Order: sequence, then structure tokens, then C-alpha cells
Amino acid sequence: MKQFGRIAAVGAAVVVVALFFGWWQVDGPGAEQTLGKRSLPLTQMDFSLTDQDGKDVGPQTLLGQPSLIFFGFTYCPDVCPTTLSDISLWLEELGAEAKDLNAVFISVDPERDTVEVMADYISYFDPRIQGWTGTDAQLAVAVKGFRATYEKVMQTDGDYTMNHTSGVFVFDDVGDFVTTIDYHEPREFALPKIRRAL
Amino acid sequence: MLQQQIQIKSEAVMNNSKNTLAGLAAALCMVLPSLVAAQEPIPNTQIVVEQPWARASLGTSRPAGAYLTLRNLGDTVISLTGLEADISGMASVHQSKTDANGISSMSPAGDIEIPVGGTVALEPGGYHAMLMKLQAPLIEGETFPMTLLFSDDTELTVDVPIFGMGARGPEG
Repeated sequence: MKQFGRIAAVGAAVVVVALFFGWWQVDGPGAEQTLGKRSLPLTQMDFSLTDQDGKDVGPQTLLGQPSLIFFGFTYCPDVCPTTLSDISLWLEELGAEAKDLNAVFISVDPERDTVEVMADYISYFDPRIQGWTGTDAQLAVAVKGFRATYEKVMQTDGDYTMNHTSGVFVFDDVGDFVTTIDYHEPREFALPKIRRAL
Repeated sequence: MLQQQIQIKSEAVMNNSKNTLAGLAAALCMVLPSLVAAQEPIPNTQIVVEQPWARASLGTSRPAGAYLTLRNLGDTVISLTGLEADISGMASVHQSKTDANGISSMSPAGDIEIPVGGTVALEPGGYHAMLMKLQAPLIEGETFPMTLLFSDDTELTVDVPIFGMGARGPEG
């Protein structure tokens, strides 16, 4: 019995060390320095887009509440609806905690994603999710601040798809960048990350 | 063999300047029935399809995605080589990838090997059935048939249930 207790204690210690090491590497001081790649705070961004209701919006629209921002396009059959579903699920799980959270889907495909298209598309997901779009020029300015990228890729049938940064950017209520939630990160990691911004 | 036959017949017809159309029609009438018979699908018996599902589409202008798991119960490796679905004018397997910089991209997957006794999942963020040029919208609550084509010229048709646009998995 005593032996078992000792093994359990050693096991627990190993788990704690492993968790700490993981945090150190991923989020902690040991994390790879991605200076220059890290998103600017919202307060240092200067972009202008249009929301699903046709209103002018920009970084200042988001201040005062924590924000989840992500890039995508409505012609995307896999990654984007999955991200939108994930965010809908997170919002649902956070419940009242996420009452004052901005969740914004910014289109990287202004050619096809008009204001009307964005309004229609987001109506199928959590009602708190907004859809912003703009002109090519406006979008180019917007992604710069987030250090995000997008690229139009032609397909053999003459259609095109968009490669784009697919993580979710998390900002706190004063607009400071908190973290990103990588595409398809397990919920048990995503929710604590969002809570850090609340 | 049959294709060769058609070619020979067609060429013969083309060379004859008179009654070209009638000749061509006659040639097709002779060859087509046997051609159709030769293309009778051979059902696949070694692959089991588990949990197929698709997300509802927003009209027909956007490509839709469908997912499923393939289990190989046979004793030979077999590959998924393609897809067909009446609801899609152009269906194929695509693969989403996210690189070290967090940039996601999507491209045709090519043939996908299903190991003996193993499974291959078409799931969000990885392989998916990409249904382009939709002929009709995918409506929540309905199903549509989709045919999987395999490397040994066999095929398998499954009914794919359509869930909501915000569905996350085969449970809806």
C-alpha cells in the first residue's frame, strides 16, 4: 500500500513536470520568440472594414470587450465552417462568461464575400459571430496588423481557393493581443485561452 | 479493347464521306450496349463506410464538404481513387493542411491508401469529399448518394446524411 502511494506520488510529479515543461515551451518564457509575427495590439491597428449590417467597423469597434478574430472565406468547405462551428461551441460553453465577447469572422475573399453574402453565411452560426468584409485594399491593411496572410490560389477548373491564416486571434478588452488558438486545437486548451482574455 | 473497337469503327466511318452520321450512329448502336454492360459497377466488398455525413450548403454556388471513415476488412491494400455524386458536377477528395505558420491550404488529395485492417478518416481539417458545382443544395435532414471509387475498379455507394451548416461531426 505504501509502495503504491509512492508510485502514485512519483507519477503525479512526472505529470506536473511534463505539464510545466509543455507550458514553458508553448506559452511560457521558453516559447519560441516570434517577434514580428505576433499580432499588434488592436490600439495600434488602423483598418476599416464593413460589417454584416453594412456598418463601418475597425479595431476601435472591438475595444471595451475581449475579442476573438479569425480569417476565412465562405467558399471554404472544410476549415472555415469547422472554425465557425468550434467558435459557436466555445461561446455556448462559456455561456454568460462570453456575454460581452466579440467574435468576428473577417473574409479574405472580398471578391465573392460581399456584405450580403457574409450576413447570410454567419446567420447559420452562433448569433454573436459577426462577419466583416471590405475591398482588397482594406483587407490588405487589416491582415497586416494581425501579421496574418492570405493568398489566392487558382485551381485547375478555373475556380480559386484561398490559403489563409486559420488560427483564432484572442484580444483582451483593452485590445492587447493575448494568444492565438490554432486551427482545431482541442477544446480543453481553447477555453482556458479565451478565459485569459475575459 | 472495346474502346479500340469504337475507335476503329469511328475512323472507318469518318473515312467514308457518304452517310457519315448514319454510319456513326450505326456503329454506336452496335457497340454501346456492350460498352454499357462492361461498365456495370463491381461492388466493393472489402471496405466498410462508417459515419458518413455532410454539412448543409448555402445554395449551390459554394463547394460543400462531406466526411466518412473507410475501414478495410479485406486482406489487400486498396486505395480510394475518386468520388462521384449526382448532386455534384465535380466531386473529388481534397486535403486541408495547416503549416507551421498557421496557414491553411487545400488541394486535391490524390489516391488514398487504406491499409489492411486499418481505417482512413475523411474528417474536418484533413481529407474531405469536396463536392463542387452543386446541382442542388444540400438540405439539412436529407441524404444524398455518393459513390466511392477504388483502385481495383470496384465502387461503393453510400447515403450521406446532411446535418446543419454548423455541424461538427457525425453526431451532428
